Amino acid sequence: MAKAKVTFLDTGVTVSVPVGTRVIEISEKVGAGLIYGCREGDCGTCLMKVEEGWNNLSEPSVVEEKVLRENMAGKHFRLACQAQVLGDISVRPA
Amino acid sequence: MIKSTYAATQPGAVAISDRVHWIGALDPSLRTFDIILKTANGTTYNSYLVRGSEGMAVIDTVKEVFSETFFKRLESVADYSEIKYIVLNHLEPDHTGALPELMRRAPQARLFISQRAQSMLKALLKHDQFEFTPVMTGDTVSLGDRTLRFLNTPYLHWPDTQCTYLEEEKVLFSGDVFGCHYCDARLFNDRVGDFRFSFEYYYAHIMRPFREYVLKALKLIEPLPLSMIAPSHGPVLRDRPDQYLLHYRRLATSALDSEIGQEKSLLIFYISSYGNTARMAEAVYEAVGEIEGVRASLYDLEGGEVAPFVDLIEEADGLLFGTPTINGDAVKPVWDLLSSLAVVQTRGKLAGAFGSYGWSGEAVRMVEERLRGLKMTVPVEGLRIKLIPTDEELDACRAFGTSIGRALIGDVENRIVEMVQR
Ligand SMILES: Cc1cc2nc3c(=O)[nH]c(=O)nc-3n(C[C@H](O)[C@H](O)[C@H](O)COP(=O)(O)O)c2cc1C
Ligand code: FES
Ligand SMILES: [Fe+2]
Ligand SMILES: [Fe+2]
Repeated sequence: MAKAKVTFLDTGVTVSVPVGTRVIEISEKVGAGLIYGCREGDCGTCLMKVEEGWNNLSEPSVVEEKVLRENMAGKHFRLACQAQVLGDISVRPA
Repeated sequence: MIKSTYAATQPGAVAISDRVHWIGALDPSLRTFDIILKTANGTTYNSYLVRGSEGMAVIDTVKEVFSETFFKRLESVADYSEIKYIVLNHLEPDHTGALPELMRRAPQARLFISQRAQSMLKALLKHDQFEFTPVMTGDTVSLGDRTLRFLNTPYLHWPDTQCTYLEEEKVLFSGDVFGCHYCDARLFNDRVGDFRFSFEYYYAHIMRPFREYVLKALKLIEPLPLSMIAPSHGPVLRDRPDQYLLHYRRLATSALDSEIGQEKSLLIFYISSYGNTARMAEAVYEAVGEIEGVRASLYDLEGGEVAPFVDLIEEADGLLFGTPTINGDAVKPVWDLLSSLAVVQTRGKLAGAFGSYGWSGEAVRMVEERLRGLKMTVPVEGLRIKLIPTDEELDACRAFGTSIGRALIGDVENRIVEMVQR
C-alpha cells in the first residue's frame, strides 16, 4: 500500500501512514494536539493549518468548504476530520 | 405604552428608551433551564423592537409557547408591515421560537444572523427555509435615522452568538451575554429585586466555559459608549451599564494572581488505597520538579473538594491523573472531578494518566480516553504499574514525568513512527 509522511509540528512527530487516511485518525493515535468535536465536518473544532504539502490532501468537499468559510479560515486551513492524506504534509493545530 | 413600575405584567410593549420597546415574555414558574441551570424565580425572554424613520427592527424573539404574549406586545406598538429587519443574536429556541410565525406575519422583513448561524438556522427550522443575510463585526444596517451595528461574539455561549449595537441610542442588544435567569416585571436593574446572585450564577454556568471568548468580546464591547445593555434574559441594565462590563472582566480573570508567572503549571492529582499510586505520583512529581520552566503541584483527591480543584484546572497548562483500577474502573473521586469540567476550558491543555493495578488495569486507558474527549492533548502514553512499584518502575515514573514536563515547555524531540494500533 502507498505510504505518505505526516508531520505534526506541535509535537514533532512524523508518522508514515497509508495513503487515504484522515489526518484526525493519525493525530489521535500519536497524541498530537489536533482536537475534534463532531468528526463529521460540521463543527470546525478540528481546524488545522497545513504548513507544507497543501496539494497533498484530498480536495475539500462542499460541506467542508462551507464550514471553512463560516469559520473565516484562511487559505491553507483544512478540517482534520475530513482531509485525507495523499502525499507528504506538515500540519499544526489552528 | 405602560408607565407603571410593574410594567411587564400588562399585555403591552414597555418603552425602554425613545425608540426602543421591550416586547418579551415573563416565565415566572420556570425552575430549570437547559437542564444545567436552576432558577429560583423563573426567567424572561427579552425581545426588543427598534423604531427608525424608515422602518422597524425586531431583535430576537421568545420561546415558542410565549408567542401569543410576544405578538400582542408587538402589535401594541407596530404594524407587521413596518418591520424591515429581524435580527437573531443567538439561535437557541428560547429566542427563535416565535421566528417562523413572525416571518409569516412580516414576510417582507430581512433576517440578519451571524456567519456561524447559517447552518444552525437550517437545522432549527427544518420545515421553513427562510432567506437570510449573514453579517460580521462592523457590518451595519440602516433604519433611516437609526443604525444597527453587528459585533461577532462567538461562543457566548453558542458558536453563532453576536451582539447588536444601536448606535444613536447607545444601546447594546447583547443576547445571552450579560443576561441572567431572573424574572421580575419591574424589568430594569435599578428597580428589580436583588439579582446579583443570578447574574453571577448565569455567568458561572453559561459563559465561564468560554472565558477566552468572553475576553475577546469585551475588547469589542468596551470601547462602545453605552447608555444601556439590553440582554435576552433578566433585567435591562440601564443603571451604570459599564459596571456590568467591568464585572464580566473581573469574572473572566482569576481573583488571586498566580505566583507561578511565566512557568508552565502542571497539576498532579492522585488517589491511592495502599499507597502504590501515591508512590508513583511522588516519583512523577519529583521528576517534573527538575525541569526548568515547569511548576508542578501535587494533590491527593481524597483531601479536597471538586469545586476548588476545578478552579485550579481552569488556570493550569497541564494535568495528570493517578488512579488505581478498582473493579475494572477508575475510582469515583477521579470521575467526579473529570465530570465537573464542562464549566471550564480544557481544550488544548496537556494531560496524562498513570496508576497502579492488580491484574487488569483498565483505569489508566479509561481516564486517557476521557482526557482526549475533553479536547486535551495526551502526548505521552499512560503509565501502568502492577501492584507495588519497584525501584526500576519508579524510574519509569520519573521518565514519564520528564517527558510530560518536556512536552509542556515545547521541548519536543522529533521522532518518526509507523502508524500502528496502540
Ligand atoms: C447550554 C447549552 C450548551 C450546549 N452545548 C452544545 C455543545 O457543546 N455541542 C453541541 O453539539 N450542542 C450543544 N448544545 C445544543 C444542544 O445539544 C441542542 O440544542 C439539542 O438539540 C438539545 O437537545 P434536547 O432537546 O434533547 O435537549 C448546547 C445547548 C445548550 C442549551
Ligand atoms: S471535528 Fe467537527 S469539523 Fe472536524
Ligand atoms: Fe442561549
Ligand atoms: Fe437564552
